[in-house]
Amino acid sequence: MSVYLLRRLIQAVGVVFAMSLIVFIGVFAIGDPVEILISPDADQIERERAVRALGLDLPLWQQYLIFLGKAVQGDLGRSFVFNEPALSLILQKMPATLELALVATIGAIIIGLPLGLYAGLRPNSAGSKVIMAGSILGFSLPTFWVGLMLIMLFAVQLGWLPSTGRGETVEVLGTHWSFLTWNGLSHLLMPALNLALFKISLVIRLTRAGVRETMLMDYVKFARAKGLSPFRVTFVHVFKNILIPVVTVTGLEFGSTIAFSVVTESIFAWPGMGKLIIDSINVLDRPVIVAYLMVIVLMFITINLIVDLTYSVLDPRVRLEGK
Amino acid sequence: MSLAVGGRPAAPKDRVETPFRRFVSEFCESKTALLGLAVFSVIVLLALLAPWIAPQNPYDLAVLDIMDGRIEPGGVSGDGTMTFWLGTDDQGRDMLSGIMYGLRISLSVGAGSALLACIVGASLGLLAAYAGGKTDSAIMRVVDLQLSFPAILVALMILAFLGKSVMNVVIAIVIVEWAYYARTVRGTALVERRREYIEAAQCLALPTRRILFRHLLPNCLPPLIVIGTMQVARAIALEATLSFLGLGVPITEPSLGLLIANGYEYMLSGKYWISFYPGIALLVTIVAINLVGDHLRDVLNPRLKK
Repeated sequence: MSVYLLRRLIQAVGVVFAMSLIVFIGVFAIGDPVEILISPDADQIERERAVRALGLDLPLWQQYLIFLGKAVQGDLGRSFVFNEPALSLILQKMPATLELALVATIGAIIIGLPLGLYAGLRPNSAGSKVIMAGSILGFSLPTFWVGLMLIMLFAVQLGWLPSTGRGETVEVLGTHWSFLTWNGLSHLLMPALNLALFKISLVIRLTRAGVRETMLMDYVKFARAKGLSPFRVTFVHVFKNILIPVVTVTGLEFGSTIAFSVVTESIFAWPGMGKLIIDSINVLDRPVIVAYLMVIVLMFITINLIVDLTYSVLDPRVRLEGK
Repeated sequence: MSLAVGGRPAAPKDRVETPFRRFVSEFCESKTALLGLAVFSVIVLLALLAPWIAPQNPYDLAVLDIMDGRIEPGGVSGDGTMTFWLGTDDQGRDMLSGIMYGLRISLSVGAGSALLACIVGASLGLLAAYAGGKTDSAIMRVVDLQLSFPAILVALMILAFLGKSVMNVVIAIVIVEWAYYARTVRGTALVERRREYIEAAQCLALPTRRILFRHLLPNCLPPLIVIGTMQVARAIALEATLSFLGLGVPITEPSLGLLIANGYEYMLSGKYWISFYPGIALLVTIVAINLVGDHLRDVLNPRLKK
């Protein structure tokens, strides 16, 4: 186990370096770094001073080392627009995004599991046909358009939910959370549903496939033959076994939920880091873009690592392969 | 049996069963897939013929009248000469025409970049499988790295580096999608390259390029076609998403995604049609392609053959 752990850790560090190199090449070599990192309002003298201060007159490999050294210390430049360190700007917005992604993921499991379970247990009933058709639609529907239609229906036509923003927040553990107030919760509901839509379809399909496979297993037949109630067979014997793949895949998908919140946040004006990055790309606030990319890459690698490790705990075959 | 086996049969005069005919007859078995194909064909026709059949040229600012802005579906223009079946946007542009022209851009950007990604990905996948060794592990390392990040993030990253433009959206989609093709083709090619016909071609001392593209590639086509269909749908959706975020096509020639984005601000005042109908057009296109792709997967998958 510890060998496997160590190997995965080394791999993860390798990927972080590879990605930092890609971001570096993207910003410093493909684009013009002077234009990217120095405010367009700067005059000639300021420009030259900044070029020297940033080390842009040095050879490229030396520049990369400097960039890396600063990045390790958490210095990824200052935002032109907000005139604040880019990294702290991203970190301020991160809790809002995490809250949205977390609620969406949990919601997807709460909604998707029972529906998938029903569709798997009664595959030929009309209800499960509707559920499966719905899940195909959930895969095909463009997320951003669904978001607009949700606003259309619930905010404009029915007037039940507020269309944009985050609502009242409560400060717990040093950051603001929306889900603790009624007002905040009502703001959270639509964006979370929008973000969860794809995930719900995924959970439904996974659960259904899992149930149909597990129901044919010998231990299920045996449990039935023993005379256990159908309820107990379903919720103890079958349910436990389908939970493993469902939870792992949802965990893996958590990263892409965070990435996809870019779209949802833009629609619902949710003040998270996804909205920040789109705004930053539109006004060419490049230090923020660099900081966002580095933060999200780091987050992704951490998530992938955690999922891999959880998987090896849940499924002994993965561990044995590493030996 | 795969779709295209080695050489073609010597031109049969009577109706001999060829792989292609069998494929067609199997494809026609599914009503939903045929429906998907029919709907998709209609959409392609609408897009192709838009300059001749659209009620208005939405890019020609001379025919637009700002006084006709935000007219409800079924409304009539100020001078009474035109009925806007799907309403108009804030510029007084007929939505029906806007959607037809938008489809042109969405389809060409989507299909074009998916095709480009296919060429790049399939070539690299073939090369990886055929060369093996270091070439293989280098290419597949990049594929694995890229597939561990979601498409939207990779696309955002590229657009953040290169800036906003149609060309850059195409580049972004190609970079996002090539890895899927490469992995699929490599998987099939690894099996196929051990077959006798490749050995025979090698014994004939044919050039590597010829073996790759004339012998190996045709036999890797079935999974490539399936993945290609799905990726076209994904490319169209991705282009729409990027355009919606304002990172894609220019505002003067809007694709479906941008049309939807334009309607966003008017939706809060109840003017739903500016965003609604382009979205329906997008949805129908994607669902139609997915229905065809779903059935293609069943028909072309040898493991499902009875």
